[in-house]
Amino acid sequence: MAMKGAIVVDRERCKGCGVCIVNCPAKVIGLTKEVNSKGYPMSYMANPEECTGCTNCATVCPDSVITVYRVKV
Amino acid sequence: MDVKDIIKPENKVYGKCPVLTERVLHYCPGCSHGTIHKLLAEVIQEMGIQDKTIAISPVGCAVFAYNYIDIDWQQAPHGRAAALATGAKRICPDKYVFTYQGDGDLSAIGTAETIHACNRGENIVIILVNNAIYGMTGGQMSPLTLEGQVTSTTPYGRDIALNGYPLKITNLIAQLDGTCYVTRQSVQNAAAVRKTKKAIRKAFENSAQKKGTSFIEVVSSCNSGWKLSPVDANKWMEDNMFPFYELGDLKDK
Ligand SMILES: Cc1ncc(C[n+]2csc(CCOP(=O)(O)OP(=O)(O)O)c2C)c(N)n1
Ligand code: SF4
Ligand code: SF4
Ligand code: SF4
Ligand SMILES: [Mg+2]
Repeated sequence: MAMKGAIVVDRERCKGCGVCIVNCPAKVIGLTKEVNSKGYPMSYMANPEECTGCTNCATVCPDSVITVYRVKV
Repeated sequence: MDVKDIIKPENKVYGKCPVLTERVLHYCPGCSHGTIHKLLAEVIQEMGIQDKTIAISPVGCAVFAYNYIDIDWQQAPHGRAAALATGAKRICPDKYVFTYQGDGDLSAIGTAETIHACNRGENIVIILVNNAIYGMTGGQMSPLTLEGQVTSTTPYGRDIALNGYPLKITNLIAQLDGTCYVTRQSVQNAAAVRKTKKAIRKAFENSAQKKGTSFIEVVSSCNSGWKLSPVDANKWMEDNMFPFYELGDLKDK
């Protein structure tokens, strides 16, 4: 059974470190061009259709700003 | 399937641990400290011991750790965390007590406290965050700085003849009869994070079973001190720290 996932990023708390990006096996995540009020770019789903909800990105995020959702399809 | 059909409360599989407070971490982007805080919070939540845990924060970047994990804390003078943890545990033997310390805090000024607490076999957990540098004060050499590593006080790299050898303090600790579990872990990728979490859980369980001191070194990155991006710092850590600070259990009895 395939899994379909999605992430929600707490944009104000994201520090744009990029650690989630290199840890996503499906290359879902990118960084925004715009910055938050602290001046950091924010992670977002650049390729949302590829997300499997594996939770790797959220597991490695030092600032705990990613929430992961997953459904069976 | 549309993203909005996936993002529903019933489909949530991972999120911020409720034992973490709402405060934004003061750490630099990508700093290992945040990841390690999260794992401690998750283990405390999963074991249901939030009101039974006392932690000792260090002097170092993690001095404000008490702002982020919602448990009881004491903040120790530089290097003295193991001494405070000894006191807390002996006065409150039913609590879970852990220290959270950097390499400078634990292995320079705090060497005596650390070694003697471990040698006495205090039923505490010691977390050593080894980023091979004094992060907080501007990236000076610590005892755990690698040979050849450039820091603000070793601008040409650590020179053994001048600065001595990097100290494998964790290997020394493993020799002490008071320690029951000594391990070296890391948090740069998801598999490593999950292993470190298991190690923390085991360490807490050891203290409940009065097995002695559990000691966890987390080989970490300090991207600001190392003057690298967070992602490059993790890579540098894998390439340079892991060959010297080998990951895995040193002792498990
Ligand atoms: C008695 C005393 N000596 C020196 C200092 C200065 N000082 C503050 S933090 C620190 C070292 C921090 O390095 P580390 O323990 O590795 O923590 P990190 O910031 O790297 O996490 C030092 C020497 C101090 N605060 N108190
Ligand atoms: S790891 Fe966390 S803080 Fe860093 S870019 Fe990703 S979401 Fe933002
Ligand atoms: S949950 Fe997995 S697949 Fe989805 S963005 Fe995070 S790391 Fe990538
Ligand atoms: S100076 Fe280093 S250890 Fe301190 S918060 Fe920044 S990256 Fe982390
Ligand atoms: Mg340090």
